[in-house]
Parts: sequence; C-alpha cells; structure tokens
Amino acid sequence: MDLELLILGDTGWGDEMLRAASVTLLLSLTAMSIGLFISIFGTLSKLSDKFYVRVIADVYTTIVRGIPELLVIYLLFFGGSNAVMGMAKLFGYHGYIELNAFVIGSVAVGAISGAYSTEVMRGAFLAVPRGQIDAAKSVGMSKLVIFRRILIPQVLRYALPGLGNVWQLTLKDTSLVMVTGLVEIMRQAHVASGSTYSPFTFYVTAALLYLMLTTASNRIFYSAENWANKGVRRA
Amino acid sequence: MNYELMIETFPKLLDGLSITLQLVTISLFLGFCFAIGMALLRLSNNLFLNFFAKTYIFYFRGTPLLVQIFLIYYGIAQFEFIRESFLWSFFKDAYWCGILALTLNTCAYGAEIIRGGIQSVSFGQIESARSVGMSKFLLYRRIILPIAFRQALPAYGNEMILMVKATSLVSTITIMDVTGIARLVIAKTFSPVEIFIMAGLIYLTINFIITRLVSFTETKLTPYLQHAK
Repeated sequence: MDLELLILGDTGWGDEMLRAASVTLLLSLTAMSIGLFISIFGTLSKLSDKFYVRVIADVYTTIVRGIPELLVIYLLFFGGSNAVMGMAKLFGYHGYIELNAFVIGSVAVGAISGAYSTEVMRGAFLAVPRGQIDAAKSVGMSKLVIFRRILIPQVLRYALPGLGNVWQLTLKDTSLVMVTGLVEIMRQAHVASGSTYSPFTFYVTAALLYLMLTTASNRIFYSAENWANKGVRRA
Repeated sequence: MNYELMIETFPKLLDGLSITLQLVTISLFLGFCFAIGMALLRLSNNLFLNFFAKTYIFYFRGTPLLVQIFLIYYGIAQFEFIRESFLWSFFKDAYWCGILALTLNTCAYGAEIIRGGIQSVSFGQIESARSVGMSKFLLYRRIILPIAFRQALPAYGNEMILMVKATSLVSTITIMDVTGIARLVIAKTFSPVEIFIMAGLIYLTINFIITRLVSFTETKLTPYLQHAK
C-alpha cells in the first residue's frame, strides 16, 4: 500500500477523498430530511380512518422496502428528468430539463429512507398510551396542542433508536448513488483507483471514512437518546 | 405505458433470476453457518476471540456492502502475490467475489441476530440442562441453539429479505443478475418505468415467498403460542 497517494494537496488524493466524504454527509442529511418529511405523511396516512389512504401508504412502504435500492435509483436516474419534463409541459414549459445528480440521489435515497422512517414513526405513535390522548382531550386541548404538547415529545423519544437505525441505513445507501456519477466517497475512490492502479488503498480509505461517519453519528444518536430520556425513571 | 415492452422484457429478466437465486441461497446458507460461529466467538470469554468478533461485526456493519464488494473484487487485485498465486482463479471471477462479499456481510448481521437469540435463552433452562449432566456440546445442540433459533427467526427473516435486495449490488461488478439485466434494458430502451415494474415484481415475489415461508416456520416452531382453531 502506498500511503503517499493519500496526502492532502495536489500530489495526493487525500483532500479529494475528504471533500467526497462531505458530499456523502450532505447527501445523507438531505435524504434523511426528505425521508422524515415523507414519514410524517406516511404515518398519518397509515393511521388514517380512510381505507384507500391507508392502502396507498401500505403500497409505498411495501414496494420500497421490498425492491432493491439500486432499482429505485435507476428508476429515478433514467426516468427522473422525463417525469419532471412531463410535469413542466403541463405548465407550458417545453424546454429540456436535466436533473442534477445530487437531486436525483437525495430524492431516491430519501424515498427509501422515508419508507423505513414511516414504519418507525408509526410504531412510535402507537406506543403513546391512548389514555393520555383521552386525558388531553378531556382538559379541552385542541388537536394541534395535543400534537405539539403530548404526541411529538413522546413520539420523538420512542422513535429515536429506530431513527438511528434508519440513519445508518441511509448513510450506507448513499454509496449506491455512485452509479449516477455524483462524486461521493465511492465514486471518488473508484476514480482515484482507476487512475493510480491502487484500488485496495482507496477502497480501504473509503471504508474507513464510512466507519468514521457511522461511528460518529452513532455517538450523536446515543447522546440524543440520553437527552430525550432524561425525564424517564429507570429502575 | 408500453405493455408490449413489458411482456417482451420479462423472459429476459427471468434469465437473471437463476443467478440472483444462486447468490441468495449460497450466501445465506454459508453466512448462516459462519454467523453461528461468529456469535459464539462474540459471546466467548476469551478476550482475543471476543475482540476479533467485535471488530469483524463493527467493520462489516459500519461500511456499505458496495465498499466490501469493490474491495474484494477490485481491491485484492492490487497485490501481486495474490495475482500470482492459486487464489487468483477465485478472486478474478466476479461471481465468487460477489458470493464472498455477500457471505461475509450477512455473517456479521446474522451473528448479532443469533447472539440476541442465544442471550434470550433463560438461565433456568441452561441450569437445569447442566444439572442433568449435559455436556457443553449437548447443551448447545439440544437446548440453547434450538431455542435461540426460534427466538431469532423473525429477525433472521428480515435479514433474508435484506440479502435478496443486497444481491442486486453485484450487478455493479459485471454480474448479470435481475438488476444487471434491468439496467442494460433500461439503458437500451430508455423506458425505466416499465422495466422497473417488471424487475420489481420479480423481487417482490421472491420476498413475498420468503416472508410466507418464515412465518410458516415460525408457526410450526411455536405451536404453544397458536390459538386453538
């Protein structure tokens, strides 16, 4: 292994790898946020009284969780631009639109992450005792206040461990976005190893960067859980 | 929607099904066998063995499968001594590299699942097995592993589904499984939606069959939990 390949600056690939790591982190954060946004609607639909709303949410989570992530990314990579152009046509715009690889990647991984987050959030919502909601209603809280004061603080606490798992999945799924050509850790390692003939060096570096990201975020989730649980009595 | 294309593509995709199924069954079977060993190492009192298992699991669960696949398929070739040894006939073949990466990966996840199962066996059962004079081997074979397996089965079912999805990644190292063929056809015809639906149907069917089989086995293994009908 030739470690000189990894020094920072013009002669080595170290700075490029670090920059790629920041792209991976940014991509994961965007995808996770999209996923959380989807999960709010997913959860509400799954718990809805209306049959067809529940079916739509069930179909979404079943399909996305049952189909390889790579296929979802290919679908958006090859079909995303067409779909957006079709939408634009409805509004009278006939030009060519090309989606940025970062947008495609974060939407694709976000859709995957959203399906898993939905299941986690649904479980967390159901974990809040019904009696508390009845009690909140009986003191005359409005739906919004119940949501803000009673549900959200507890749902977050119940959901945190599950969301931590979803975050790890999301972080690792971003590696698949390399097929769209976005320069994140895997694509950068691929390019670097192609031009230096040292694939092992660069893929080990990529693995270490991912390990750093997963370990660091694990720590953050751990302390977040402690923070969210500080009011809970433990035997 | 181009239905003709969908019907036309389906047999092509089915050609990849046998590769996908081979990858799933071989790596799941080998991974399960290794996972039992790895779980036992993880629970062992020997500091060195315990540390080895911990590091192994930490590495394989903390990095994406894609890195592991690339590291084995592209990375190993960097070493001249491997390229010149008998091992090269193994590592130059994308198929075996894919199976190796999938096996090592599922072994790490499986080990944690099985460890959870083993730890859930109540101490009273182990104690009573010891008190009737069972040897350690017999204790594991008759008491701990069967109960652990039953406890771990639902979680292992999830891992099986994750593995079915994970096999699609080997299409990035030139193996033509269902996803590999799907990508090829999409790139040729530029009809991503149609191909996605057909390939998706194949994966959903495999996963549906697996969930049914797992829940059937679960019912069989827990007769005392079933309500009388």
